[in-house]
Amino acid sequence: MLVYTLKRLGLALLVTLAVSMLSFALLYLSGDPAAAIAGETANAEDIEAVRIYYGFDRPWVVQYGEWMFNAIRGDFGTSYYFKLPVSQLVAERLSVTMLLGVCGISFALLTAVPLGVAAAVRPNSIIDRIALFLSVMGQAMPSFWFGLVLIVLFSIKLRILPPSGSDNWQNFVMPTIVLGYYAMPAIMRLTRAGMLDVLGADYVRTARAKGAGEFRVMFKHALRNAIIPVVSLAAVQMGFMLGGSIVVESIFALHGAGYLAWESIGRNDLPTVQALILVFSMFYIVFTFLSDLLNAWLDPRMRVG
Amino acid sequence: MENILSVRGLTVDIPLAAGTLHAVRGIDFDVKRGETLCVVGESGSGKSLTSLAIMGLLPKQAQRSAQVLDFEGVDLQTASNRDMRKLRGNRISMIFQEPMTSLNPAYTIGDQLMEALLLHRKVPKPVARDRAIELLEKVGITAAANRMKQYPHQLSGGLRQRVMIAMALMGEPDLIIADEPTTALDVTIQAQILRLLKDLQRELNMAMILITHDLGVVARVADKVAIMYAGEMVEAGSAAEVFTAPKHPYTRGLLNCIPVPGKTAVGEHLGSIPGIVPSLIDDVDGCAFRSRCDEATAQCASDIPARISPAGHLYRCVHDYDMNQPKSGKA
Ligand SMILES: Nc1ncnc2c1ncn2[C@@H]1O[C@H](COP(=O)(O)OP(=O)(O)OP(=O)(O)O)[C@@H](O)[C@H]1O
Ligand code: SF4
Ligand SMILES: [Mg+2]
Repeated sequence: MLVYTLKRLGLALLVTLAVSMLSFALLYLSGDPAAAIAGETANAEDIEAVRIYYGFDRPWVVQYGEWMFNAIRGDFGTSYYFKLPVSQLVAERLSVTMLLGVCGISFALLTAVPLGVAAAVRPNSIIDRIALFLSVMGQAMPSFWFGLVLIVLFSIKLRILPPSGSDNWQNFVMPTIVLGYYAMPAIMRLTRAGMLDVLGADYVRTARAKGAGEFRVMFKHALRNAIIPVVSLAAVQMGFMLGGSIVVESIFALHGAGYLAWESIGRNDLPTVQALILVFSMFYIVFTFLSDLLNAWLDPRMRVG
Repeated sequence: MENILSVRGLTVDIPLAAGTLHAVRGIDFDVKRGETLCVVGESGSGKSLTSLAIMGLLPKQAQRSAQVLDFEGVDLQTASNRDMRKLRGNRISMIFQEPMTSLNPAYTIGDQLMEALLLHRKVPKPVARDRAIELLEKVGITAAANRMKQYPHQLSGGLRQRVMIAMALMGEPDLIIADEPTTALDVTIQAQILRLLKDLQRELNMAMILITHDLGVVARVADKVAIMYAGEMVEAGSAAEVFTAPKHPYTRGLLNCIPVPGKTAVGEHLGSIPGIVPSLIDDVDGCAFRSRCDEATAQCASDIPARISPAGHLYRCVHDYDMNQPKSGKA
């Protein structure tokens, strides 16, 4: 288990390094940063002054090293637009994104797992068909379109939920559903497939032979084994959601990190974009790493090997 | 003594795309407390389905019917799910054919053993733990307290099957069904486990149904023997009678297959009866053994009623076979 953990950790660090280089390179990929800062009206001399002031004239490696060093200390520079420390901006917005992520994954798990179990217990039943329908819908509908449908329905027609903002819990209802519904189909199908597999297992028959009731057989004996891959999928999706909530946050004008990213791209606010990309990728990497650990921890065959 | 289990006319049908598979076709037997019934038959003769039918654990699509399926006055056919649950693991236990896959990989041996008792008795956990350790020791597992904390994947097949036996005994059942408990295991362990089962059965005065391919085993442990062929019980009676005066040509064929020390070379394919079992899909007319039987006559194509020998054992064959005066002159 220790060797396994170390291996995974090493891999995670390598990916982090690659991602950090990419987000650093973004500065140059999007054109001359000095020109961007100096503004449209600046002449060549102004741009050169900015270049020297910001240190863009130094070698790449030095700039990357400095940027990374600062980033590790939590200093991502100053936002071109807000003229505030990027770290402060991001930290403020991240709590909203994390709340949305937790709500989204909970919504996905709470709907997908029971539905997947029910579908597996009675394959080809009405429930199974409904589950299949919901999952195909979830895959087919783009998030932004589903979000707009919900806004039309609940905010404009029924007037029971606010269409945008992030002030109280009502603001989170629709974003949670849209984000959660995005993750739901994969979780549901994995639960269903896992349960179908496990329900035919000899140890499930053993549990029945001991006199265990149906509920105990399903949840203690079957689901406990079927859920292992589901948990790690959910962890990966959670990481993805924290970074991938850009679309959802912008539809509902939920002032989270995703919304900030969307705004910052529009404003050409490179330090903020860089920081966000790094943070989003870190979430993804950390949760993928956690998912591997969780997988090993839930499966005794991997835990005690 | 009273029969603990009585079975009459038990059938198991499985609907398949090609038709209905009549996997178990009307079998009858009884078991008394303290008695061992050995069920012998080729692969596919319906032994496992018969045990699962008694347990009420048949695969979903299988259909069971019987004239009598009685366990100590409880009609297993009309018993509610709840009543069946109370019997399983408590008064009737089963040891499965597949030791490698019959334990849940996600829980420790201890958890799984204790569960078998805690499902049926309101006892404190430490009591269940002590009983589990005691039984593990009884089935010959050393360092039982440590084994309790281990997971199935950390145990060999032989140990897992011992755990399964201990688990089946947790509730002190009145009837234990052991479905080829040793076929998946090493030959050296097979004998140990069987001896163990037999000792425990005597000690706890349980009834036991032992399913096996191995007639050598039967000769050592059986009080009664039932020979199954193509879903039917072709011969059943006391072990002594079936061994000394087999009536059915199939039984005699099986007995001829027992390896004889000195005559059968190691590794030699154990003589099996040539021929194949007929398809049990849709109706089977006449004697199912007909195509492989040396003594078949025209009569064998019609229904074969069960007959009782003078000594009181049952068989299904048109011939009134007497070992001392072979009719066909072969045998
Ligand atoms: N779930 C099932 N679906 C379809 N056919 C089945 C099923 N279970 C058993 N059968 C068939 O029913 C027949 C009897 O099976 P059973 O498992 O009772 O045989 P067995 O006597 O226990 O054989 P073995 O000695 O190999 O364990 C076989 O032909 C088998 O293929
Ligand atoms: S009934 Fe006929 S075919 Fe069947 S075992 Fe007896 S002699 Fe053979
Ligand atoms: Mg079998």
